[in-house]
Amino acid sequence: MGAGVRLPSVALKAALIVLFAFVIFGPIANMLIWAFAEVWYFPHKLPLKWGFAFWERVFRPQGNAMASLGTSVVIAFGTVLCSLAIAIPAGYALGRGKLPWRTAFLLLFLLPQAFPSVAVHMNIARIFYSLGLNGTLTGVVLVHTLQGLVFSVWIATAAFAAVDRDLELAARNMGATPFLAFRTVTLPLALPGILASAIFVFLTSLDEFTGTFFVGVPEIKTMPLLLFSASMEGNYQVASITALILLVPSILFMLLIERFLKADVLAKVGS
Amino acid sequence: MMGLTSITRDRLGSLLLILPALLTIGFLFLYPLGYSVIWAFHGPDGWTLSHLAKAYDFYSQDVWFTLLIVVAATAVIGLFSIMIGGYLTLGESRWAVGILKWLYRWPLFIPFVVAGQLMRTFLAKNGMMNSLLVSGGVMEPLQAASFLDWRGILITFVWKQTPFVTLLVAGAMAALDRSTIEAARNVGAGRLRILLQIVVPQVMPTLMTGLILSYVVMMSVLSVPMMINAQTPTMLTVDMAWRINSYGDYPVANALGFLSYAMTAVVAWAYLRRGVKEKGAA
Repeated sequence: MGAGVRLPSVALKAALIVLFAFVIFGPIANMLIWAFAEVWYFPHKLPLKWGFAFWERVFRPQGNAMASLGTSVVIAFGTVLCSLAIAIPAGYALGRGKLPWRTAFLLLFLLPQAFPSVAVHMNIARIFYSLGLNGTLTGVVLVHTLQGLVFSVWIATAAFAAVDRDLELAARNMGATPFLAFRTVTLPLALPGILASAIFVFLTSLDEFTGTFFVGVPEIKTMPLLLFSASMEGNYQVASITALILLVPSILFMLLIERFLKADVLAKVGS
Repeated sequence: MMGLTSITRDRLGSLLLILPALLTIGFLFLYPLGYSVIWAFHGPDGWTLSHLAKAYDFYSQDVWFTLLIVVAATAVIGLFSIMIGGYLTLGESRWAVGILKWLYRWPLFIPFVVAGQLMRTFLAKNGMMNSLLVSGGVMEPLQAASFLDWRGILITFVWKQTPFVTLLVAGAMAALDRSTIEAARNVGAGRLRILLQIVVPQVMPTLMTGLILSYVVMMSVLSVPMMINAQTPTMLTVDMAWRINSYGDYPVANALGFLSYAMTAVVAWAYLRRGVKEKGAA
């Protein structure tokens, strides 16, 4: 192909990429504009008045946004602790031990992803209601733990499976008890993978909407619920600022995921 | 004899380690799941199909609406992920591949409720999409209309889920043996033909897995249809929440839930059957 064909093809590619960039970033940019708009209505293409008035309202110490952020973070840390307590032993057994029906167990943890979750969540809420768990932090943490369970167990399994078995055997041969060998050899080596799963669970919990919607109401108001109600009330500024706060960790994670999840662990996920 | 008991002890130990995880799944998933089926099919006079009939009677329009939206979104996501993944694998200009690779992932971990809010502003009457169409001369200002209906749900789903499927598909494409591609290129096959006849058939299992996971996720989303589409018909998730929050009507809500399981099961069954057929043919 000659140079004459080359040039339009570069221009076409560039045009397509610009269009694609608009599709990806347009909605994010629109939200950013709303976050700093004070007055904006149809048919104006841009806000009539810009400013930080709504930021002040959101970040006021006694405002409900700060309270929601606090609730969300407490729940996310609780969910991470709960998930790790469940997933580390399970991941060790699945990745290391001589567990019978290993594949069946791995598939069992996948099962919640195979069912539309709303139908399950509304029944969890009903069961929790009779146990007095509705509208409590514990109830919401439990629901979030279920949501993150498949990721935490599968990634922990892969992380333990990627640790060289001989190292643990060497420690055992030098007289270490199984628990000492686990604590000083296996766990530290599997730690990067487990940290990745912890970050993933933290993020899932921070962003979770449906489970909190059914189980948390009316007492527990996390950031996603605050965003939802602000948006439904037509308060686009508060909704957009809340969306922005939730967007930052999601995008950071997207940009950094490859550093956390090493290829050798990724290759073992689900195998 | 000693060896045998130590193996049994190891197995018991492993089962003990996995027990908390099993209890969590049992109590928080299997139990509510069983509960939902009982609610859907059990009445004061024993087992019954009347809840299901009532649910379909009230919401048949929404059942079809949900199915159409989710199937259409899945198809579009599949198409886009093949296009993006294909360009990342076969594209010749390094800068375009690099930019595309950096661009396509952004929505990957953005939560649905945030995506819903982004699209609520972007697709609104005075949103950026209309502004661009008007500025570009594609549309008169008076024609500007809100896209916040079924189109909005579809656009949000595609925007949010395409990166996930593309990530899987592009990964599978990158792992392919390049020699068949090079061989086809050497005999003069065009890139589109290489993509459709050589690359796509080989990544089909990954593509299908990604699409089915996306399908289930979209079937489960409550926030997006609530935020984007305030009119009827709407998606089943919204109807379920409405039945529960406004009427405390668990039988009908769970019958709708059963319909959403059924819609997922049909797709999973079709996929598994196809897998079996392929294995039989090979």
